[in-house]
Amino acid sequence: MIRVLSLLLVLVLVIACKPASESEQLPAAKDGDMSTDILRRGNGEEPQTLDPHLATGVPAAHILRDLFEGLTTESMAGEIIPGAARRWNISADGLTYTFYLDPDGRWSNGEPVTATDFVYSLRRSIDPQTASAYASMLTPIKNASKILNGELLPVKLGVVALDTSTVQIQLHSPTAYFLGILNHSATYPVHRASLEAAEGSFSRPGVMVSNGAYQLNDWKVRSFVELKRNPDYREAELVQIETVRFYALADQSTETQLFRSGILDWTNDVPIGMYQWLQENMADQLVTSPWMGSYFLGFNLSREPFRNNKSLRIALALAIDRDLLTEKVTRFGEQPAYTLVPQGLPNYTPQAPEWASWTQAERDLAASEYYARAGYSKDKPLRLEFRYNSSENHKKIALAVTSMWRQKLGVQTQLHNEEWKVFLQNRKQKAITQVFRAGWIGDYNDPSSFLDLLASGGGNNDYVYNNSHYDNLLSEATRERIPTRRRRLLQAAEAIMIADQPIVPLFNYVTKRLVSKRLRGWRNNIMDHHYSRHMYFSDIPETQQPVANEKL
Amino acid sequence: MLKYALNRLAWAIPTLLLLITVAFFMIRVAPGGPFDSEKSLPPEIEQNIKAKYHLDEPVIQQYFRYLGQVLRFDFGPSFQYRDWTVNQLIADGFPVSLSIGALAMLLSFVLGIGIGTMAALRQNTGLDHGLMGVAMLGISIPNFVIAPLLILAVAINLGWLPSGGWEWNWRNMVLPVITLALPVTAYIARLMRGSMIDVLNSDFIRTARAKGLSEITVIRRHAMKPALLPVISYMGPAAAGLITGSVVIERIFAIPGIGSYFVQGAMNRDYTLVMGVVIFYGVLIIAFNFIVDLIYAWLNPRIQY
Repeated sequence: MIRVLSLLLVLVLVIACKPASESEQLPAAKDGDMSTDILRRGNGEEPQTLDPHLATGVPAAHILRDLFEGLTTESMAGEIIPGAARRWNISADGLTYTFYLDPDGRWSNGEPVTATDFVYSLRRSIDPQTASAYASMLTPIKNASKILNGELLPVKLGVVALDTSTVQIQLHSPTAYFLGILNHSATYPVHRASLEAAEGSFSRPGVMVSNGAYQLNDWKVRSFVELKRNPDYREAELVQIETVRFYALADQSTETQLFRSGILDWTNDVPIGMYQWLQENMADQLVTSPWMGSYFLGFNLSREPFRNNKSLRIALALAIDRDLLTEKVTRFGEQPAYTLVPQGLPNYTPQAPEWASWTQAERDLAASEYYARAGYSKDKPLRLEFRYNSSENHKKIALAVTSMWRQKLGVQTQLHNEEWKVFLQNRKQKAITQVFRAGWIGDYNDPSSFLDLLASGGGNNDYVYNNSHYDNLLSEATRERIPTRRRRLLQAAEAIMIADQPIVPLFNYVTKRLVSKRLRGWRNNIMDHHYSRHMYFSDIPETQQPVANEKL
Repeated sequence: MLKYALNRLAWAIPTLLLLITVAFFMIRVAPGGPFDSEKSLPPEIEQNIKAKYHLDEPVIQQYFRYLGQVLRFDFGPSFQYRDWTVNQLIADGFPVSLSIGALAMLLSFVLGIGIGTMAALRQNTGLDHGLMGVAMLGISIPNFVIAPLLILAVAINLGWLPSGGWEWNWRNMVLPVITLALPVTAYIARLMRGSMIDVLNSDFIRTARAKGLSEITVIRRHAMKPALLPVISYMGPAAAGLITGSVVIERIFAIPGIGSYFVQGAMNRDYTLVMGVVIFYGVLIIAFNFIVDLIYAWLNPRIQY
């Protein structure tokens, strides 16, 4: 007995003592730590990888924006500004972009960032061998689509180095949002020598060479990614925070607790159920802001009952009281939506249907008419299967929506809660879906990031929407160089699509987080891009600050 | 004894093989694949990713390729955490789970036996009822309720300990260890009380008392060993469960152990990660059951191998 116990005790002591030396290396984040040189950001799920061309997902993107810098970058408010390129020329036909690199641009190992680096990186990103999930972001570039499907070699990509500091990119059609794409991780430069030497383990501290304001210092899986200021960054003197830690925190309650006990300065999200409590108790640190994302329902137009039944689709769209949904169910200040493209994108007005301005009572009346026109009634009700992926929030929304349908129209809905991968497969196969949950976060700050979703035959068109008029307007818009004309084309396309109602927009997403009162140098923006290089800590009350955290 | 040990080890191999086979095919039967996402990939890219991870081969060929890898103790690259191999993930996460699990096991073993013995000695008194009532609560309140309560009280209101996160120091271990140990302690206490009462009523204890031994000596020298038997057989699987980490604890306290890999790996269809964790867990369970059997033999002279 005593022997067993003492053995166990020794075992435990050995375990507990072993890493004691390690703990000394890490600056422990103590409660109420008021240090100003470390910024601690909650960052959602563990990033899959920090290789900019292979990374997917929002958490990795947050980190990569600090580590790397594309030809363009963003201001605090999310406007496109010069990044690795100090300036650029766009040819009159909008097809040739010439970028002049900032002569101060340096890799974190001190080497200059050259035009050749960008040529190499863009070729690597589009190369099907690299298998980048975001390679299709580069398709506006000349020959990119052909390289992507294996018809041409990556060297044929329309990117050349005119000299060491000049990059020229040829497009196949004028793409109004092209400068915005150059800020996406799929177009970030990578350092060829270190990447090739690393043989697949590039995103490691001490191996990764990057050109952004920060460099990778440490990565503890499912704990945190730590970045240190890059002293060779072109504007290093403007970067104030020495160390940034991105904590992998999949659970929002845990994240909120860490914030409350002073271990985080910035959270990625807040728990849905805590909204009221946070509003009452932590209103001065709770920040919500519109986000470039839409939450909607999709119909499968290739199957009954929605095939060739526009009236039914409109009836169901009309019967949903979106104000009630956002006020009572989602409750984070989400904006009720009637369009796929969210509010707040530059140079675009989302095209709502006429009934968006009606009262809900008027809509309900119209819904009954459309429902009858579609061939259904209280005696002959519509029976539906509604699919959503497992999540408390989706479940609440599904319950609210389907009970509105039942009360107003008598629709009998069966809810199917599916695990994420099962749900995705069912959606993509389009064989058993009828109506299902959907959502989309824009990849770049342009309406086409949303509208391309419903192009016929597109990889993400799980709705089997097929309207040649819509497709034509979209492809005309791709070729159009004059902003107002392009805007008109895209708006016309959205109006046509919304009138067909292959989807039912419900609301636009908001970002919601807790931010330390001491943290400055950030602003709400629709992309939810926040660069640590702008941020700093200050104890002076905000009202006296030249840069305030204005809400959008 | 040696023959018995060798025999047990020999049986472990077909057991593991069966485990690998069942897990391998089950995870592949599940709908969806590791690289499915809301944004579909261009077909060319999808093809290349699949080729890179040999997912384009027939399943049987994948199976034998995988068995070959396992024989070399190589669990392959994780599909989800692309920069890491499954071996690295387990090597990084296991020490964390092991330290929390072993501390929790020690705590619950000591406390559970102490409480159980005390309750047995004061059978049907207020102390007994009080202790067993608390133990019943410990078993029935799930740890996802206890953990937030502890965090709220100790970390947020009192500010004594961090509410979560992981550094290698004792401050980060206290709350998870307590949360993890509570239900196990309670269970051991109840087991111990029951078996101790049985033992105390048996003939050889009456003999020992009749010889005039002090109560403490009776308990320590004679009653303790046989009373521990049910506790030991419970401790085997419980220990394996404790040191391989708990999804709930890891999530609530943001601890980078290996417990979450099992559930997350399955959700993400991270085939290699799930397989690696299943095999690792399987080996541990087999090993712990083996150790428990050896301890059992040492405690119980009636058992002969």
